[in-house]
Amino acid sequence: MRIAGKGLIDRDTQVSFRFNGTSYVGHRGDTLASALLANGLRVVGRSFKYHRPRGVLTAGSEEPNALVEIMEEGQQTPNTRATVQEIFDGLEARSQNHLGSLRWDLWSLNDLAAPFLSAGFYYKTFMWPRAFWEKLYEPAIRRAAGLGNLSPNADTAPYEKAWASCDLLVIGSGPTGLMAALTSARAGADVILAEEDFRMGGALLSADQVIDGQPALVWVEAALAELDSLPNVRLMTRTTVTGAYDSGVFGALERVGLHRAPDAHLPRECFWRITARRAILASGAMERPIAFPLNDRPGIMMASAVQSYLNRFGVATGRRVTLYANNDAARVTARQLMAAGVRVAAILDSRPDASAVEDCPVYLGAEVLETHGRHGLRAIQGRHTGGEFRLDTDCLAMSGGWNPTLHLTCHMNGRPKWSADLAAFVPSDGAVPGLVAAGAANGSFSTHGALSTGHAAAVQAMADLGLTAPDLALPTAEDAPYRLTPLWSVKGKHRAWLDFANDVTTKDITQAAQEGYTSVEHMKRYTTQGMAPDQGKNSNVAALALLADATGRGIPETGTTTFRPPFTPISIAALGAGGRGKTFAPQRFMTSDQASRDRGAPMIEAGLWYRPSYFPKHGETHWRDSCNREVSYVRNAVGVADVSTLGKIDIQGRDAARFLDLVYTNTFSTLPLNRVRYGLMLREDGLVLDDGTTARLGENHYLMTTTTAAAGLVMRHLDFVHQTHAADWDLRFISVTETWAQFAIAGPKARALLNSVLDQPLGDFPFMAVGPVTVGGVKARLFRISFSGEQGYEIAVPTRYGEALFRDLVARAETMGGGPYGMEALNVLRLEKGFITHAEIHGRTGAFDIGMDKMVSAKKDCIGKRMAMREGLNGPEREQLVGLRCKTEFGSGAHLFTQGTRVHRETGQGYVTSMCYSPTLGEWIGLAFVKNGRARHGEDLRLVDHMRNTDCLVTVCNPVFFDPEGGKLRA
Amino acid sequence: MPELIAKTALDGQGALTLIGTTLAPVDLGIITSIAPFAGQVKAIDTALKPLGLSFPPPNTTAASGAARLVWTGPDQALLIGADAPDLGTAAATTDQSGGWSALRLSGARVADVMARLCPLDFRPSAFAPGQAARAQLGHMNAVFWAEKDALMILTFRSMAQTAWDECAHALTALAARAGA
Amino acid sequence: MRLTCPLCGPRDRREFYYYGAEDYLHRPAPDAPIEAWDDHLHLRTNLAGVIKDLWYHEGGCASWLLVTRNTITHEVLSVERVADRKGASA
Ligand SMILES: [Zn+2]
Repeated sequence: MRIAGKGLIDRDTQVSFRFNGTSYVGHRGDTLASALLANGLRVVGRSFKYHRPRGVLTAGSEEPNALVEIMEEGQQTPNTRATVQEIFDGLEARSQNHLGSLRWDLWSLNDLAAPFLSAGFYYKTFMWPRAFWEKLYEPAIRRAAGLGNLSPNADTAPYEKAWASCDLLVIGSGPTGLMAALTSARAGADVILAEEDFRMGGALLSADQVIDGQPALVWVEAALAELDSLPNVRLMTRTTVTGAYDSGVFGALERVGLHRAPDAHLPRECFWRITARRAILASGAMERPIAFPLNDRPGIMMASAVQSYLNRFGVATGRRVTLYANNDAARVTARQLMAAGVRVAAILDSRPDASAVEDCPVYLGAEVLETHGRHGLRAIQGRHTGGEFRLDTDCLAMSGGWNPTLHLTCHMNGRPKWSADLAAFVPSDGAVPGLVAAGAANGSFSTHGALSTGHAAAVQAMADLGLTAPDLALPTAEDAPYRLTPLWSVKGKHRAWLDFANDVTTKDITQAAQEGYTSVEHMKRYTTQGMAPDQGKNSNVAALALLADATGRGIPETGTTTFRPPFTPISIAALGAGGRGKTFAPQRFMTSDQASRDRGAPMIEAGLWYRPSYFPKHGETHWRDSCNREVSYVRNAVGVADVSTLGKIDIQGRDAARFLDLVYTNTFSTLPLNRVRYGLMLREDGLVLDDGTTARLGENHYLMTTTTAAAGLVMRHLDFVHQTHAADWDLRFISVTETWAQFAIAGPKARALLNSVLDQPLGDFPFMAVGPVTVGGVKARLFRISFSGEQGYEIAVPTRYGEALFRDLVARAETMGGGPYGMEALNVLRLEKGFITHAEIHGRTGAFDIGMDKMVSAKKDCIGKRMAMREGLNGPEREQLVGLRCKTEFGSGAHLFTQGTRVHRETGQGYVTSMCYSPTLGEWIGLAFVKNGRARHGEDLRLVDHMRNTDCLVTVCNPVFFDPEGGKLRA
Repeated sequence: MPELIAKTALDGQGALTLIGTTLAPVDLGIITSIAPFAGQVKAIDTALKPLGLSFPPPNTTAASGAARLVWTGPDQALLIGADAPDLGTAAATTDQSGGWSALRLSGARVADVMARLCPLDFRPSAFAPGQAARAQLGHMNAVFWAEKDALMILTFRSMAQTAWDECAHALTALAARAGA
Repeated sequence: MRLTCPLCGPRDRREFYYYGAEDYLHRPAPDAPIEAWDDHLHLRTNLAGVIKDLWYHEGGCASWLLVTRNTITHEVLSVERVADRKGASA
């Protein structure tokens, strides 16, 4: 219930939201947890394994119990921490992990079976019979044990990623962080202050303290106003720094749109990658629970959370509150409750020698041994130095001391060190290069300690950066010594919880130790301690202390598990922002793209490019009809195809020819001017990298083409060979792929079509010639090359004229009985001619395999030459390129066997790489690799394709099906 | 004879202005790559003198009148907006006109938009007018240079639409934040 | 992780393509024994500690880089352009 006059919520703004279908009202500035508590709701979820009713435990992102599903149209986000989720008008949340209603969860029967559900239960129980696991046990366990449910729908909401750089990243905006930010901002550093909460101020928002003689909030607001006014400071709220990585890179998750109704363009979350020259970890500390019997009832909360709900949200978490602590610091919660008019039933201090000055019963040497209240705490029982007690109480605020929030210091394999004074782990120096922890994160728990160490850390960071922090008077603040006596657990006859989220009790830890899981890493995996969404933030240290106790070792010797990124859960959608749908990869469009789409061509992806598959005509019912027609254009009239996607590299310099001789197996220094030559390129290990044609445009000027698929790869390879082996050669090269739109014009009427567009009719222009031409006054390049076996040309114009030329060429071709052809026809044409693509040069084939070993010049060295000659890449055992023909359809990927042999991997003779129906030959043809294939032309092999259910005979033949003498090319 | 009509990759695309920031396609006209051969930078500087330019040091750009030179890699720069002088055998040159598609991002939130698209820090304090960089826009190799209150972004022509879409998307998302 | 390209400056690691060990710089003579080529291409010492390997500034200036770094501490000790090494030419 709300307490008048307390809290930082906006009392004038009401917010209505729904929880489990019921409408409630809260205020702007409320979290879902504070609003539910204000409305008197205590049970907000069911536990993971035993399905026990659970309430809010904390007021921060470490919350293990209050995990809810946030509902949106068609979407639900599970495992949302109610202590982080802000309320907004229309928010719809519901509790998770129960069968039936939250109050009467049918799965709570599990709780009665608790004696059987202890550590290692799944491992021991569901082993036999083995077959039952997948069908029976696992689905049942998955339904009953677990967290919230995902929506079955794809998440289409926007997410974002972003980068930032700064001199100093300050993580956390409590007194430490604010002081560090102020100090460094005044020194002129470029500062980012990142705060997980939606409001800056950290613990000062909840603590009701005094700084410089005024309420701490006055100081906070003044500091924020100054920081906000400085151009060198960026304030980031709702931003959790989730990981520390190499080279000063930090990951951070910003909740951009989760606190308001969804918007089509507003990202839900943004994942930041922040590069910081220095970082200060000012993440504070987390209070730790005490594992006393039945300590998991709703109403049993962290003392600091009770304080936070009181001071920040104006909510009393109970009518009769009890404090149970092992330290001095927690007493302030009881005092503030009383000051706010909330009745405090008693203060239970586990230390027999603690003070007892408060205006309420104070029991020293106290232990809580039992709690009561099925759906929320009603009473507790225990004993103290003066005897036994039973108290009626509806809220127990517990404090077992504090753990520095040092997780980020462990992200690069740093191990925290044990401080006996604090009974806590503290960060190791230098665990993350450039990052220092300060304030409570480094074990300075007083506000004065926070302010002074935050300042000192910033002064040091500024010195590292060569900046000078101006003198600054430290504000005065409380500096109470941190006094506690460790209390990890209280023995009793009932279960005592450590990890609330995973339902791990003290008994599980001792049992793990008894069964030999004495290493902390083994204990963790055996019991699942620390493996829930909170990753053991609330429980790891206590579990470790118990393990140390059970094994007779000290805590430092027992060690700790490693905290790994992320600090808090990150949605996969945020990590994947910028990689979904169209943004996964760039789309590359040819200049003819619109013209092809205008003709109804389906576009297929070729690498990043989009190319027309075929150009359908009215009346055609199958793509093969279109393909066959387009093939016949080329074989009988003229076809036009956009081939701009091939890589084009302009190579110049006195050593250009020498360089080509090094990267190609064959010789280019002997290529005559204005001629084109086919070239084969190997990797240094002797396998084929790529092939293509290269033209000599001038004495020291070449133009290389690569395949579409390998354009980037070849550029990287050329850069490598140049920079590693030929750095001082007179050589420059650059990609001109994007500069030229290039169109293939092929068929018996190709020359006639060309002559109709060229400004000057074509003179003598033999096969493999290249030369400059003009089209409508535009400078162009003409190549006499063919990928179809017909008389073929490729004409290249500057890309800005590409679309116009394509439309013009196609229109003219159509008047000549031809037209455009797409990738399907292009593939048929090249297969009929036995030309290879990357389906054949797929990274496992050598020059010998494709019958091009003669192209490896004996007169010179080249990349890959030595290894291409090695044993094993040559000889009859190699699978060699052959043609296949068949009267029935078969598919690529099919395997080939000698007739009469067993169909088995070990007896395989080879495989099919490409196939098509050849309208020219009237049968199905393909390319394949077959053992000793060149000696087997004429043999019938058995083709088996389990994927397509094909089993037929195919005839091995010469891979060049069409015009093997090449007469048509040269016509 | 055909009459070839020239077309830019983002033909017909108007500018997009949101939260005081404008994204607009730019036609850069003539672009020539200049790659000096070893020891030839002096000769090139002499040839470039009539344009008021000299070969740029790494990560820089300079403009003179309509002409601009941008560093694009070791021994490589782009000459934009002017016919290349005859450099003889001092440099390898290629026509790159039309091979690049340019976007101009200007206004108050340039750096914030770019923070969504590229790991480089494009705040004026880190990337001032006169500076250039080879880096990536999303997954696309790009050339950047800073002008006063504006950033020029060059990507391959074939990827112009993706470049536009990604920049527009980042700007739209930022505008949604401003409205939040 | 970040690498400082000698030309472009400090850059995010996603701009770089990783290739492999420095060994690739030392191409054996064409007539070297096959064992030398096998060494060159395939045999690596796989040190834990300071190593040198090759990266390509693919998303930047297209320089091949020789990076000296410590695989234990992740510290990057130096980055130099392969083309700028003394005696870089074969
Ligand atoms: Zn670079």
